[in-house]
Amino acid sequence: MDKDILLSMEDISVSFYTHRGIVKAVRNLNLQIKKGETLALVGESGCGKSVTAHTINQLIPMPPGKIESGKVIFEGRDLLKLDDKEIAALRGKRISMIFQEPMTSLNPVFKIGDQIADVFMAHEDIKKDEAMEKTVKLLELVKIPAPERRIKDYPHQLSGGMRQRVMIAMALASPEPGLLIADEPTTALDVTIQAQILRLIYDLKQDIKMSVLLITHDMGVVAETADRVIVMYAGRKMEEADVYSLFENPSHPYTQGLLNSLPSNEKYSDSTRLEAIKGTIPDLLTIGNECPFENRCPFAMSICRESFPEETKLDDDHSVWCHYVSDQVRTHTRAGSLLPTRGKE
Amino acid sequence: MLKYILKRLALLIPTLFGVVTIVFFMIALSPGDPARVMLGERATAASIEKLRHELGLDKPLYVQYGLYLQRVVKLDLGKSIKSGQKVSEEIRDHLPATVELAIWAMIFSTTVGIFLGVMSATRKNSWIDFGSMASALVGVSMPVFWLALVFIMIFSVKLDLFPTGGRMNIRYYFTPISGLYVLDGFIVLLKSGDPKVLLSALHHLVLPAIALGTIPLAITARITRSSLLEVLNQDYIKTARSAGIKERRVIYRYALKNALLPIITVVGLQVGMLLAGAILTETVFSWPGIGKWLYHAIEARDYPAVQGGIIFISISFVLINLLVDILYSVVNPKIRLS
Repeated sequence: MDKDILLSMEDISVSFYTHRGIVKAVRNLNLQIKKGETLALVGESGCGKSVTAHTINQLIPMPPGKIESGKVIFEGRDLLKLDDKEIAALRGKRISMIFQEPMTSLNPVFKIGDQIADVFMAHEDIKKDEAMEKTVKLLELVKIPAPERRIKDYPHQLSGGMRQRVMIAMALASPEPGLLIADEPTTALDVTIQAQILRLIYDLKQDIKMSVLLITHDMGVVAETADRVIVMYAGRKMEEADVYSLFENPSHPYTQGLLNSLPSNEKYSDSTRLEAIKGTIPDLLTIGNECPFENRCPFAMSICRESFPEETKLDDDHSVWCHYVSDQVRTHTRAGSLLPTRGKE
Repeated sequence: MLKYILKRLALLIPTLFGVVTIVFFMIALSPGDPARVMLGERATAASIEKLRHELGLDKPLYVQYGLYLQRVVKLDLGKSIKSGQKVSEEIRDHLPATVELAIWAMIFSTTVGIFLGVMSATRKNSWIDFGSMASALVGVSMPVFWLALVFIMIFSVKLDLFPTGGRMNIRYYFTPISGLYVLDGFIVLLKSGDPKVLLSALHHLVLPAIALGTIPLAITARITRSSLLEVLNQDYIKTARSAGIKERRVIYRYALKNALLPIITVVGLQVGMLLAGAILTETVFSWPGIGKWLYHAIEARDYPAVQGGIIFISISFVLINLLVDILYSVVNPKIRLS
């Protein structure tokens, strides 16, 4: 396997067995995260982004969840074959995670310094004093002012942005952070604070040379921070590309719809209405083998109802899973220019 | 903080006024004449009338009430009709036994209750969960006097493992220092190296403490389970797990401290109730505490004793709840008392 690859998920399918039936949350997903890169997982709520993330550090509640198939290879080991102790030893040490809600993600009854120091002590054989020193340094690194005093604060004494910084510090409280999974890290924050937090994650990634799996539904966040992007829809991977090709040349009709629905200055000048993708996401309980976007897709064909498409490679770094695009590519020799064009209808 | 405590103590006054009033009229309106009870069946009408006059029972009710209020304000609970001793002294004499029993019942019910609750919550829907919750339900539903009698029948009479009642082997002479016999026994052990007082005190405590602690145990177990289950669903528990904190630590440190708030409330209420509610247990086990004393006072229509006892229990109840509220702010930093 490629030496540059830190984590690779192969053919992962995850289902939830609820009393209403089997929810197929993630289906046959493949993804790779290279060392030092930021991979963005984009899609709307319920598309399987968070389930994918939780499959990596195995925080999916089982039951009702079940990983039906696949492998998660991290540093040569299949994480799905590790026992509870082994996976717990990786969590927070090599694979850490920050969550969407900084307001509820920190324990309200412990001082933040103690919470971070506790993570250090879980992974290294060190004394409390030493862990506290490291904590202060770490808080400095995530740019919290006066960290010596802040360690004695309780979470409710901090603002949302500060708490998210504390969360990030906690995720980095390890001798050797490898992968940071950021599950919608800025969704709950003010726009101005969002930019600061994204900047911070970006800077830390450069400093510490870790990889980041960024989960978001915000295309703006993707454009600013990601190296590569995977667009997910209803548990399926729709498009995968480096960030430049994706924004330059969005190929899947769903990706196009996502980008079309972004507010932009240009748009506001001639129309005050935001574009939306028509229809709603399919019910994951009843979904079969069809392309899940078929009912909303302006280019849907009869084959889209029958099977989910194979990968169509547009470029070395750009793949798409779409029957329509695949047809287009087959009928024309050069792919790039003849893709369904984005624009006003 | 001090201001808050003073405010709460000031609130004690209207509470007590209400308690005194209710207790006074409930007793005055209940049937039975203390003079008749005291003098026995064959007393003459004249001697009963004389005693009623001496006790002030012939005065109109509102005058009696006014006089009683006056005395209570002066912290004078009066004299027991039955023994002639001051009510406050009788309470003081009987208090240590009750406190000791309550402490041990609490230790038993809280430790075992929290442990069972944690086991149930972390193994939700397993047979351990069903088993402990089913026994908790049985525990809550069981009348304490019946349970106490069953305990005596099995463990004292049939198996002869524990004494049927009392606090101490009557052959052991020792002067109580604190009145808490386990503590006293410990002091004796330190002084003379003789453990028999300590052992006898503990031996006598086992059955009454378990009987008295069973209902609080069941309630604590159920509250712990539901509170912990709720906390285990919180985001910060996911954070702790994703940070690689060991599961045992996640549950006993990260989750349990958060789950403790409702548990403290319930346990606090139980302490208050144990001081009052030990009446049945103390009576069955002939435990010479406030409960048994109050039971005999009620039986004898000893008005001053009953009133004094209930007022005392009310004050303890309010004070314990104040203590619980202060404890709250220690456990939960978000609560600032003001």
